[in-house]
Amino acid sequence: MTRKLPPKDVVIIGLGWTGSILANELTDEGLDVVAIERGPWRNTASDFPPNHAQDELRYHIRHELFLQPAQTTFTFRNKMDQSALPIRNWGAFMPPNGVGGGGVHWNAETWRFLPSDFVLRTHLTQRYGAHFLPPDTTIQDWGVSYQELEPHYDRFEYLCGTSGTAGNVNGQIQEGGNPFEGPRARAYPNPAQQQPFGPTLFAKGARELGYKPFPQPSGNMSQAYVNPLNVRLGPCTYCGFCEWFGCANYSKASPQTTILPVLVRKSNFMVRDQCEVTRINTDASGKRATGVTFVDASGQEWEQPAELVILSAYTIFNVQLLMLSGIGAPYDPVANKGVIGRNFTHQTISDVESFFDKSKFIFNPFIASGAIGMCIDEFNGDNFDHGPHGFIGGGYMGQVQSNGRPIGTMPLPPDTPRWGAKWKQATRDNYLSALKPGTGVHGSMYSYRDVYLDLDPTYRDRFSRPLMRITMDFHENELKQNAFLTDRFAEIFHAMGADQVVKKYRKGPYDITDYQTTHLCGGAVMGADPRTSAINRYLQSWDVSNLFVMGASAFPQNAGYNPTGTVAALAYWSAAAIRTHYLKNPGPLVHV
Amino acid sequence: MFEHTGKLCVAIAAGMTVTTLACGADFAQIERGRYLTIAADCAACHTAPDQNRPFAGGRAIETPFGNVLAPNITPDRETGIGSWSDAQFDAAVRQGRMPDGKRLYPAMPFVYYTHMSRSDVSAIRAYLSTIEPVHHAVVPDQLPFPFSIRASMRVWDALYFNAGEYQPDPAQSAEWNRGAYLVQGPGHCAACHTPKNVLGGDKTSQSFHGYSIQGWFGPDITDDAHRGLANWSLADTVDYLKKGHNRFAAASGPMAEEVTDSSSKMSTEDLEAIATYLKGQPAHTSKNQAIAAGEPMMVAGAAIYGDLCSACHKGDGTGVSYLIPNLAASSSVASREPTSILRVVLRGAPSVATNEEPTGPAMPGFGRDLTDAEVAAVATYVRNSWGHAASAVTPGDVSRARQSLAAAAGR
Amino acid sequence: MTNFRRRDLLTGTALVLVGGTVARASVVSGQLPWAPDSSSADAVQAGQWLFFTPPEAAMVEAMADRIIPPDPQTPGGKDAGCAVFIDRQLAGPYGRAEGLYNRPPFVKGIKQQGPQSALTPAQVYRTALRALDHFCRSQQGGKSWVELSSERQDEVLHGLDSGAIELEGADGKVFFKGLLTDVQEGFFADPLYGGNRDMCAWKMIGFPGAHYDYRDWVMRHNERYPHPPVSIAGRPDWNPKKS
Repeated sequence: MTRKLPPKDVVIIGLGWTGSILANELTDEGLDVVAIERGPWRNTASDFPPNHAQDELRYHIRHELFLQPAQTTFTFRNKMDQSALPIRNWGAFMPPNGVGGGGVHWNAETWRFLPSDFVLRTHLTQRYGAHFLPPDTTIQDWGVSYQELEPHYDRFEYLCGTSGTAGNVNGQIQEGGNPFEGPRARAYPNPAQQQPFGPTLFAKGARELGYKPFPQPSGNMSQAYVNPLNVRLGPCTYCGFCEWFGCANYSKASPQTTILPVLVRKSNFMVRDQCEVTRINTDASGKRATGVTFVDASGQEWEQPAELVILSAYTIFNVQLLMLSGIGAPYDPVANKGVIGRNFTHQTISDVESFFDKSKFIFNPFIASGAIGMCIDEFNGDNFDHGPHGFIGGGYMGQVQSNGRPIGTMPLPPDTPRWGAKWKQATRDNYLSALKPGTGVHGSMYSYRDVYLDLDPTYRDRFSRPLMRITMDFHENELKQNAFLTDRFAEIFHAMGADQVVKKYRKGPYDITDYQTTHLCGGAVMGADPRTSAINRYLQSWDVSNLFVMGASAFPQNAGYNPTGTVAALAYWSAAAIRTHYLKNPGPLVHV
Repeated sequence: MFEHTGKLCVAIAAGMTVTTLACGADFAQIERGRYLTIAADCAACHTAPDQNRPFAGGRAIETPFGNVLAPNITPDRETGIGSWSDAQFDAAVRQGRMPDGKRLYPAMPFVYYTHMSRSDVSAIRAYLSTIEPVHHAVVPDQLPFPFSIRASMRVWDALYFNAGEYQPDPAQSAEWNRGAYLVQGPGHCAACHTPKNVLGGDKTSQSFHGYSIQGWFGPDITDDAHRGLANWSLADTVDYLKKGHNRFAAASGPMAEEVTDSSSKMSTEDLEAIATYLKGQPAHTSKNQAIAAGEPMMVAGAAIYGDLCSACHKGDGTGVSYLIPNLAASSSVASREPTSILRVVLRGAPSVATNEEPTGPAMPGFGRDLTDAEVAAVATYVRNSWGHAASAVTPGDVSRARQSLAAAAGR
Repeated sequence: MTNFRRRDLLTGTALVLVGGTVARASVVSGQLPWAPDSSSADAVQAGQWLFFTPPEAAMVEAMADRIIPPDPQTPGGKDAGCAVFIDRQLAGPYGRAEGLYNRPPFVKGIKQQGPQSALTPAQVYRTALRALDHFCRSQQGGKSWVELSSERQDEVLHGLDSGAIELEGADGKVFFKGLLTDVQEGFFADPLYGGNRDMCAWKMIGFPGAHYDYRDWVMRHNERYPHPPVSIAGRPDWNPKKS
C-alpha cells in the first residue's frame, strides 16, 4: 500500500551534479526541497579513502561504484529489424548510481561546447548547404546560445576550481590556451595542471605539425582551492586512480567536494537515499505534475507530493521515467513523430597506441590525473573546412592518458600473442615506453532518425517495468569523421619519435561490450519547437510545466567534447530561469 | 522572539510561581543569559542527543567513576528547576549544592562555574526560565558504590573545590582578564585540558597541560613550543574556535561539539580574549631528543607515512591549510599521551563543519587495515618528525587503544 | 566527562557492494553522514581452496603457467597465485554473477550485444574443466591435463581459443576467454586478492601499485621511478626490522 508523505515545494529525482546544483539554488530561494536518490550516500572518508581507493579490480573491473545491472539495465540492438537483448554486464558505458552520481567517478574533463555547436543545423546549412548533411540526420539547433550559457559555464568552472589555461578571453586569443574556444569572460579559477612526460612530448609533436596544443581543462585541482560556497578542495596528487574511482583526498570536483557540505546543512533540504523513483505523477489533465512515487530499499512504496519536480536522474533514466510516466509523446522512428526517445547519441571514440624505444623513453603512465593531457582542437566541430572531406563533425584529440593501471594498460605491439612467454615479455618491455591515450580521439556523434530509445517489449526490471531499449549504430558520417581524425592523430605520434604507431579506428557496428565513454545524450532534447523537442530552452517540459529535465538528455546531438561542463551550465541556466521567472509566475516559460 | 516583556512575563508566569523570577527580567538580561548559556555550553550535557527538547536532561555523562545523568533544567515545576529560587540555582551552579542540601558530583563543573559572577549566573537563570518547560523526570544517577554516597563529596569539595568568583589581575589587560574569566568560568576548559589526580581534582600546578579523557587527549593549550600552541597566533586561535578550522588544525571529536554548540556562536571579542589569556599560559617544557630517524620503528613509520598518509598530509607533514591538518606544526600529535593520535588513526575522525568552514573533511580510520605494529610505527614516526620529540608508541599501546575504543563504541 | 558519541550518527547508510544486499534507506539532513570504519576488503589468505577441488586447482594452476610461463625474472601464473585469485573470485559474488542482469529469456545474439549466457562464471569453470579433463583423457592418450607436456598444453589452449577444439557439454571458447581474462587480472590485481604474489607482476612492469602521491615526480620527465611498489595491504618495509 502506498504511503503518502507530507508535501514538499520541490522534489529532485537523482542527486548527481545537476540534482545538487538545482537543490542548492532552490534551497537558496527558500523552498523546501527533498532529493530522492536511488543509490547510497557516498562520502570520501568512508567510501573511497586512501586505504583502498587504489583498487583497480574492485572499482574498474568489478564496477563497485556503478549501478548494478541487476538493479536495472537496458536492452540493445544495432538496427530496428533486430531483436534487442539485455546488457547483462556493462561495457560501452557505465551508468552511475549513488549520491554524487557520475560526479564521483568522472575524469573531471571540463569542456565547453563551441558556439557553433548550439546552432548546428543552421550553421552547417549556411556553410555547406543542406545537401551536405548526411541523409536521415536529425541534428537541430538547441534553442539557447553559447553567449547565453557563458556566465553559467563560468559559474560551474568556479564552483569546481577548474584548472586550465584560457584561450579566448572576451575575444582576445590567449597564448597557450585553446584558440578555438568560445569567448569567456575571464580566466579559469586555477592554473592548468602540470603535465607528465607523455602529454608534454605530444604537445611538442603537435606544435611541430603546426597545431596549437593546450592543457585539457581539468576538474582535478592544480592547487588547494576554496570555491564560492566556501567549500575547500585539496591539490591533486596525480595518483592515476581517477576515473571510475572516488577521489580520496578531496582534489577532484564532485558534488561531494563542492556543494553537498553546504547543502546538507540547510534546514530546508533533505535527502532520501536508496530510494528509487518509479513514476512522476500527474493530475487528471496530464499537464501538471503532482509529485513522485518511489520505492524504498525494503520495497515499501511511497508518494512524495511536490509543487515542482526536477528530473535529474541521468540521460537514459530521465527518458525512461518520462516514458513510464506517460509524459510527452514517445518517438516513433517509422512515422517520424513524437519526441521522447528521439535524437539519442553517444560519442565517437578511437585510440592510437604508440611504442617507443624503451632505452630512450620512460613515460611513467601511472603518474596522471583523470583530466590530465595536452590536446588540440583544430579538428573539432566546424573548426576546419569539411568541404573536401565529405563528413560533418569532429572532436578534440590529445595524449589524455589518465592512468597506468596494469590490468587496463597492457600495451602490446600488433601481432603479439595474447598469452604465453612472448606476451609476458612484450608486457614487460612496453609498459613504461608505450602510450595509450584511451579516448585520444574524442569525436562528436550526431543524431539520426534510426538511433533512438523506446521501451523493450520483452525484458523487465525488478519492478516488472519494461527496460529501455537502445537502438544504435554508427552512421557513415561518424566513421568517416573518425578515420580522418585518427589519421591526423597518428601523425603526431610519428612526430614524437615513436617506433611504431598503431591506429585503432572506430569501426562499426556499434558494440555494446566496448567502453566508449559514458556520454549518452539526447532522448528528451531541448529546442524551440515542441514537435521536435521534449523540453524548451529552459529545460522545462513542453507538456508538464512544473517539470524540468536536467542532464545530457537535453542535447539534440552530441558535440566533440565531454558533456559535463555543458550539462552543468544548462542546469545553472535553467535554475536561473526558475528562480527569476518561473517561481514568480508558475506556468510555461516559452509560448509557441 | 522577545518583543514585549509583558508577553514574556505571562509566558513565564504560566509555568511557575511569581517568587521564582522577578518579572522585571528584561530583554537585555535574558539575551546576556542566552549568550552565557552558550559560553558555558550547558546544552552539551543537559540536552539529550537527537531530542528536540533543549535542556530537558537525561543525558548520561560518563565519568571515570561511572555514569551521572544530567538533570532537567527546564522551568518545569515537578521535574525541572521551575520551583527553585534564584539563590538555589546560584548555589547549585557556583557551589555544587542542591536545594535539599545534597552535593552535586563534579560532573557538573561547578568547580569552574564558581568563578562566574552572581550576576552572570542570574542572567543564565533568567534565560533558562524562558525555555519551554518539559515534563521529563530524570532517573537518579548511576554511580556505583562507594561513589554513590554523595556525602563523600563533602570531603572531595574540601580538598579540591575552591569556591569563589574570579578576581581580575590588575597587572593584566582587560582583555586578558576577560579571557581568564571565560576560560576559568563558563568555558570550563580545564575540565578537559588540565590533568587530574586520581580522585578527579585538577592538578592546578599543571593548568592546561592536557588531559586524557574518553579516548581523546585534550591537548596542552598553553604557549609551550613543544607541547602547546606557541606557533598559533591569536588569529589562529580565534579561527579555530569560531570556524572549527585554522591553518594548522581541525576541530573534531569533543572540540567539534564544543565549536558547534558554543564557541562558534561567541563574539569575536570574547574569542580574542580567550586567545590572549591562553597565550599567557607559560611554556613549561624543554626540547626533548627525538627518536633517531634510523631506528627500526621510525624507518617503518616513514615508509607507512609516505605510502599512506602523504597524499593528504604531504611528505613534509604540512597538510593543506584549513583542509588537512598540519602535522608538522601540531604539537598535539606529540602530546604526553598518544591517546588522540591513536584514536584518530584507528577510527578516523570527521571534522566540524561551520558556516564559515562548511567542508567538514574527515580523516578515515585505518584500524582495519594496519596491524598494531604498523600503527605504532607510524604514530611513533609522526611524533618524532619535523621537530617533534615524544614518546614512542608500542604495539601494546595500540592494542589497548583498540580495546577501549571498541568498549566505548559498544556502549 | 561528556559522552562524545553523540555525533556518531546516521543509521543504516549502506554501500551496495558487488553482491551485497541493500540495507534500509536512510534520510540525510543537517550534516554529512559519518561511518567510523572504512570499507576495506579483507586480504585473501592462501590455504585451502574455497571453490576448486584439488584436481581442478591443479588444472587451473597448470593453465596459469601456460598463459604466464615462469621465467628467471618473474614467477609464472601458478607461483604468482593466479589460481588462488580465481578460486576466491569464483567462490564469491563474481563467480555467482551477482549484480548482473540474470533474467530470462536467454537468447544468443550478435557479438555486439555481449554475452547472453545463463551460466555463471563458476558454472562455466566447473563444466569446462570437467569436459576438458574428459577430452584430454579420451583424446590425448589417456593423459589428464596436468600430465600433458607444456607444448601439448599450449596446443590444446590454442585449440580452445580458436574453437578448433570443441568440448562436449561446454563452450571451450567462452571458457578460455574467461580464463585468459581471469589469469591476467589475477596477475596484475592488488595482492590483496591472492594473485600478484609479492607484487611480482608490478615489479615486472614497473608499476608502483597503490602509491597515491606523485607530485614530486610529475615534472621529472623521462626518469625511472625508483621506489618499490606498495599494495593496499602494505609492503615489507612497513614492518619494523629487528635491530
